[in-house]
Amino acid sequence: MAAKKTTTAPAPGATGTTTSNIVTSASSAPTSSKKTGSSQPWNTVLLNVVDYYEDNTPQRTKLIDVFMAFLVVVGGLQFLYCVLAGNYPFNAFLSGFSATVGQFVLTASLRIQTTESNKSDFPSVSPERAFADYVVGSLILHFFCINFIN
Amino acid sequence: MVVATDPHSSNPVEAFANLGKSKSTKTILKVVILCFIAGAAVASRLFSVIRFESIIHEFDPWFNFRATKYLVANGFYDFWDWFDDRTWHPLGRVTGGTLYPGLMVTSGVIYHLLRALTVPVDIRNICVLLAPACSGLTAFAAYLLTNEMTTSSSAGLLAAVFMGITPGYISRSVAGSYDNEAIAIFLLVFTFYLWIKALKLGSVLWGALCALFYGYMVSSWGGYAFITNLLPLHALVLICMGRYSTRLYVSYTTWYALGTIASMQIPFVGFLPVRTSEHMPALGVFGFLQLVAFIVYIRAALPSQQQFKNFLIIVAGGVFGISLVTLVGLTSAGYIAPWSGRFYSLWDTGYAKIHIPIIASVSEHQPTAWPAFFFDLNMLIWLFPAGVYLCFQKLEDEHVFIVVYSVFGTYFAGVMVRLMLTLTPVVCVAAAMSASQLLNTYLHVKSPKPETAEAEESTDKKASKHAGSLRSTRKPLVGIYSFMSKVSVSAAMTGYLLLFVLHCTWVTSNAYSSPSVVLASRMPDGSQHIIDDYREAYQWLRQNTKEDAKIMSWWDYGYQIGGMADRPTLVDNNTWNNTHIATVGKAMSSREEVSYPIMRQHEVDYVLVVFGGLLGYSGDDINKFLWMVRIAEGIWPDEVKERDFFTPRGEYRIDGEATETMKNSLMYKMSYYNYQSLFPPGQAQDRVRGARLPDVGPTLNTLDEAFTSENWIIRIYKVKDLDNIGRDHAAAASFDRGHKKKKAIKKRGARTLRVD
Repeated sequence: MAAKKTTTAPAPGATGTTTSNIVTSASSAPTSSKKTGSSQPWNTVLLNVVDYYEDNTPQRTKLIDVFMAFLVVVGGLQFLYCVLAGNYPFNAFLSGFSATVGQFVLTASLRIQTTESNKSDFPSVSPERAFADYVVGSLILHFFCINFIN
Repeated sequence: MVVATDPHSSNPVEAFANLGKSKSTKTILKVVILCFIAGAAVASRLFSVIRFESIIHEFDPWFNFRATKYLVANGFYDFWDWFDDRTWHPLGRVTGGTLYPGLMVTSGVIYHLLRALTVPVDIRNICVLLAPACSGLTAFAAYLLTNEMTTSSSAGLLAAVFMGITPGYISRSVAGSYDNEAIAIFLLVFTFYLWIKALKLGSVLWGALCALFYGYMVSSWGGYAFITNLLPLHALVLICMGRYSTRLYVSYTTWYALGTIASMQIPFVGFLPVRTSEHMPALGVFGFLQLVAFIVYIRAALPSQQQFKNFLIIVAGGVFGISLVTLVGLTSAGYIAPWSGRFYSLWDTGYAKIHIPIIASVSEHQPTAWPAFFFDLNMLIWLFPAGVYLCFQKLEDEHVFIVVYSVFGTYFAGVMVRLMLTLTPVVCVAAAMSASQLLNTYLHVKSPKPETAEAEESTDKKASKHAGSLRSTRKPLVGIYSFMSKVSVSAAMTGYLLLFVLHCTWVTSNAYSSPSVVLASRMPDGSQHIIDDYREAYQWLRQNTKEDAKIMSWWDYGYQIGGMADRPTLVDNNTWNNTHIATVGKAMSSREEVSYPIMRQHEVDYVLVVFGGLLGYSGDDINKFLWMVRIAEGIWPDEVKERDFFTPRGEYRIDGEATETMKNSLMYKMSYYNYQSLFPPGQAQDRVRGARLPDVGPTLNTLDEAFTSENWIIRIYKVKDLDNIGRDHAAAASFDRGHKKKKAIKKRGARTLRVD
């Protein structure tokens, strides 16, 4: 456990956050900003989260997060279209939406597997292996989506 | 052969003792043993081919066989768009969109592969032997799955043996039983193996493989819903036990995202994964996992407990509430279909009988009688709980899976006979674990010395302070000291195992190896007598009727008529249209005057009934008759009443005291028409129901007897044309009876001309 801490990102947290052992992330921080209230404790919560994110995320992971945020936006737009304009080519909607959702979870998996602090959870998955898996998974996903799109 | 590979062996005995010590020898041994197991699994399924012939069994396989032939003859795209106008006359069936194509495509691929390798093989033989071939693979998959559960490889080998020969699985995979389950069970076990592997490694690749095999499973059997619900349940149980891990997130989300879109590729499944309640647990757990992962991330980010608590309550509660409301709203608004009838009948066993007689009428949908468990699983059924207990001792993520699977599998197997099939794999795995644990403990030749045992104990105690919270795990593993107990326990275990093999072979050869198209009986001198009435009758239909003559029969025989006689049918075993089946049921259970217009409307040319009275064959139409009545009553409660078919004392009788409704029903008349002429006066007897029939048999006005098979099992009647001079049939028939036979002969001559 101690060894795990030393391998995390160089700055352990400027706000003095004592990070717990389980550093897991699935969702990107931008999505969390939606869930904030206006009251005082919520501001601190948000501040803490943002600080933690800024301090503990390497540049490459941030790149992944941007992609994930993009996928969330695209998926949201598709869903909005489906609700507002009707779901007539339901095949197309489903395959488009599952492509974004699937890509999102695959990217999240890649992010989890390449995060340093999760190393101990994945003894057999090196970052290169994680990326190769990611490519294979995406290929399969998009094959099915294109087949389904009609 | 194996001995020769061991360089240290100086004499044979020593070599034998050292056998399996080195790693490479162990691998070779395992491969050889697995090959033998696969061989045994295939061989034990060949009873029916040896006793009878290479023939497709029962009912559903005949349709699969016909579809496969169509696929091989017309190619994949035609098969995919196949509209079949020779079933469900006059509706037809969009066959390509309403079947699970996995089985047919698999045999088609094998067929073309063998052709490419210049092995000329008949498609029928591929279909007949597909199930045994897959059983070898299933045994291998069971080996892999068990190896994930325990470190002892003997457990895996035992599981493979059990899986290979247990009657619970053989019942659906003998040669000729060309049904979806033939490959589906292999896919089921293998998907579970891949899931465990993915969960252990947290690898996207294994998750994707699991999704691919899940997709294959979806394409081949409707039972895929079992996986769809079991994996989310496993994930949910793990989360509730506080065992959420990033590996779980990776494997589950990969499986769900890829597997769902893969399952939608099958036209028959289509939008179901987002539209029906059966698939909602998987989606719910998927969303829940996203939430959990997010919360875990936030917990890492937040410094104080209080902040996290605030956050957790608001966010988690809010999301959960919103999604629940959405689900309920969508279900009530009709976007998501509620649980289908078949699933209701899994929770409430009486449901189907009241609301959907068509489901309840299928014999394999009945609840399981308790001896069936022992019959199908023999000693595994009492080793099984011990194996589950062992899982509790270790209780890693994969053991939780076995526990969850065994609980659900047991429940479903108790509710429906055919779901014994989904229970069998977990029983084999768990039983193998307990058997190998027992054998490993008792087969050590050396007794452990007391000191070492004590030393072990002390180290164990130290270790247990950190790890084991269960009391049982803290106990030291103490060996067996007395030679006597070793010998007796191992001997007893060997005896049980041998008995198990005997039982399996006996059950397979006696209960599960009958094609049910061909019946066998014993002559007084012990020789075998083959009763081949079904094929005789279907052959008659094939040769003596027009290409498009419509045959009306109860739905059980629809697939066989389509497959063997190649004639259009009104209803068949794909019971998709209850009303159409009820129409046939009404025609069968009504008076001739009512039935005749129905048959005319549906352009019926021949009516086929199965009658076992002469031979004592109990699976005949009179015994199924009440289901026809019930199904018809469901649609026309005013015209068909089940009560009318029972005597005032509530008996179901077919002899002289049968009710008028019964005696006038078309089915009764067709079954017993002319039957009394076989016997001396007053001796006519129905051997199935053990009843004496009246001297005067029923009269048929609107039908002509066309064909009766050798043992009277199948009787075919031709529907009369309208009368030439506009009389109704009853009048015409009585007129004929009142006169000489001349006219009848003349009439018959005219009719044969028309048939040609």
